[in-house]
Amino acid sequence: MRHLLSTRDLDRASAIRLLDVAEDMAETADRAVRTLPALRDKTVVNLFFEDSTRTRLSFEAAAKRLSANVITFSAKGSSVSKGESLKDTAQTLLAMGADAIVVRHHDSGAAHRLANAGWIDAAIINAGDGTHEHPTQALLDAFTMRQRRFGSEARGRGLDGLRIVIVGDILHSRVARSNVWLLHLLGAEVHLVAPRTLLPTGVATWPVTVHEHLDDALALEPDAVMMLRIQTERMRDAYFPNPREYGREWGLTHERFARLGPDTMVMHPGPMNRGLEISSSAADSSGSTVLAQVTNGVFIRMAVLYLLVAGADAAISAPGNAASATGVTG
Amino acid sequence: MTSLLIRGAALLGSEPADLRVRDGIIVDRGSLAVEASERVIDAAGLVALPGLVDLHTHLREPGGEASETVLTGTRAAAAGGFTAVHAMANTSPVADTAGVVEQVLRLGERAGYAEVRPVGAVTLGLAGEQLAEIGAMARSAARVRVFSDDGHCVHDPLLMRRALEYVATFDGVVAQHAQEPRLTVGAQMNEGSLSGELGLTGWPAVAEEAIIARDVLLAEHVGARVHICHLSTAGSVDIVRWAKARGIAVTAEVTPHHLLLTEELARGYDARFKVNPPLRRDEDVQALRAALADGTIDIVATDHAPHPAEAKECTWAEAAFGMVGLESALSVVQQAVVDTGLLGWADVARVLSTGPAAIGRLAGYANPLAVGTAANLTLVDPSHRRTWSVDDLRGRSTNTPYRDRELPGRVVATVFRGVPTVIDGAVVDPDIVAAAHLEVRRG
Repeated sequence: MRHLLSTRDLDRASAIRLLDVAEDMAETADRAVRTLPALRDKTVVNLFFEDSTRTRLSFEAAAKRLSANVITFSAKGSSVSKGESLKDTAQTLLAMGADAIVVRHHDSGAAHRLANAGWIDAAIINAGDGTHEHPTQALLDAFTMRQRRFGSEARGRGLDGLRIVIVGDILHSRVARSNVWLLHLLGAEVHLVAPRTLLPTGVATWPVTVHEHLDDALALEPDAVMMLRIQTERMRDAYFPNPREYGREWGLTHERFARLGPDTMVMHPGPMNRGLEISSSAADSSGSTVLAQVTNGVFIRMAVLYLLVAGADAAISAPGNAASATGVTG
Repeated sequence: MTSLLIRGAALLGSEPADLRVRDGIIVDRGSLAVEASERVIDAAGLVALPGLVDLHTHLREPGGEASETVLTGTRAAAAGGFTAVHAMANTSPVADTAGVVEQVLRLGERAGYAEVRPVGAVTLGLAGEQLAEIGAMARSAARVRVFSDDGHCVHDPLLMRRALEYVATFDGVVAQHAQEPRLTVGAQMNEGSLSGELGLTGWPAVAEEAIIARDVLLAEHVGARVHICHLSTAGSVDIVRWAKARGIAVTAEVTPHHLLLTEELARGYDARFKVNPPLRRDEDVQALRAALADGTIDIVATDHAPHPAEAKECTWAEAAFGMVGLESALSVVQQAVVDTGLLGWADVARVLSTGPAAIGRLAGYANPLAVGTAANLTLVDPSHRRTWSVDDLRGRSTNTPYRDRELPGRVVATVFRGVPTVIDGAVVDPDIVAAAHLEVRRG
């Protein structure tokens, strides 16, 4: 694996390997010295054309825990906002010696373009591109589900047989797309719920079951319910009439949450609109994985950086050996 | 006196023969002996087509000279076998006055590679609010007969009705860019499974089809003719077929790229494949080919849309719509509909020369390659194959979708008003072309 652009590019073995390496990374979190030397003398650039504090901080933390030099580059106020092109920006970063570029961009396909246009020779990690994909978010979601379901027995496992319901603005959600491909790859049964206006054309060809009414999907007793953020400006474009109606029809209200089984995970990629797509009782419940998702994001990003940047030898080491390969000792 | 002998070309509808061109006119046809001081072009094994006519070219001048000029665009046209091009109105300033269309006309005459017929804007500044001075453009030296806001749809139905009526007063035609604007807000590629997967805003087929349906009914209602630019969907074909069967005066064009390429090319986010209207599904491509073969679609038009490199070396969303197409048009048509057995070379002459000339009211193409007519012709080697590269381009921009793709056919020679503009596949120097035109005019 040279880049991480899309969860569609992963095969099952490499996806499970990533999750397993993230387990190794998670184990290092409780140690006195949490920093690993794996990416010493490597430079990781966070190239953010779009604001995203939580994703940027997560990648920064991950790279620093691996001892990489980290450059964070925000498009706002930079030469990019003065009209410099993606190509020129990429080549400038290459000239600075970037080994990996974590790119967040408002346009779908931006990471793909950086990786394949021949402008730059560095590992590209997609940190969210337009309405296309957000692969590390899907990986951290899958990691969180696996950990919560299987605990210390998680290593080497997929998500076979888990029933996962994703609710909300599927049309504009890069998180949903990445999750659909990854969760299916890992053996989960994926259900999507949204009004027809917020479902992508061609969703019938995806490896999912589509529902228009949330209660129908919740009646299936899912193992996890993932609520997506709703942007109220979608109302203006007539995707739905108003927040009140949206919340009533597709929100995880207190009443709906109360009907869920005791072990059902409640997930949200954040930031949440409490009272719109998710009630506070659901968001703050013991079933909520929202904060665990944030924590696990760092481990997943460490795993991705480690596997992409540490080199071919590291990338072919057996699952579970990441800690030793990075120089971590008990 | 200038004299040119073209020997042994395969002439459509007859045995191979020689053509003698004198002072810009075809003066003899048959088995001819070489005369003293006569220039000879050996055309054995080549197909002689009437000079190609493009109804839809973006020459960008005035205002967009970084992308193309009238000189570089017509040089590209000559390389592609064209002897006439209709230059679209979306220049800066917009071609919405007699002054601008005459400027473009003069630039074309000075370049000498092809007849440049300016297209006039339908509405002032392409703004879709007020009719442009259509009469002044029609009566100018440029004799404008095709009016289009191409790049913009004449969306207001009342304005479109008035435009159809008013343009008809001057024997003109409205060439409509059929794109319902509200249904294509932010649209980036064909709407379908792939757009959903790639996270690119979809461009639904109905956005094109709804406008075509409306406009053929308006054309019928007011008794005017309407031309539909760059059809791209099977549904559009159905509507045009229905309208023609009903007797409505509608003509339609398809681009070479919509006859060959599909939306799958968007998968790599390579902006060379971003075009308006977008590349569609394979089913659409097959329907467009069949419609060209059965006459539902009248002509092929290039929609040659040059852009500088920086307009394409960016993300898909940021990139400009459009691709260059003059140099590659004939090869793409050959691959899509000739080599597949759908069209013969006589049909190619119809869809790429006499058909567009008729729609644009361009004189001199009604009885092509006949004795006594202007010597506008193209010699093609259909057996040639090549891997397409930017070296095959003669315009100013390189945004071709065919780079590294194998294409058949080669334009060996182009003759415009008796003057060779392309010889042995190479474009003739503009000074030599200008001097030759002068000699032809002196007789």
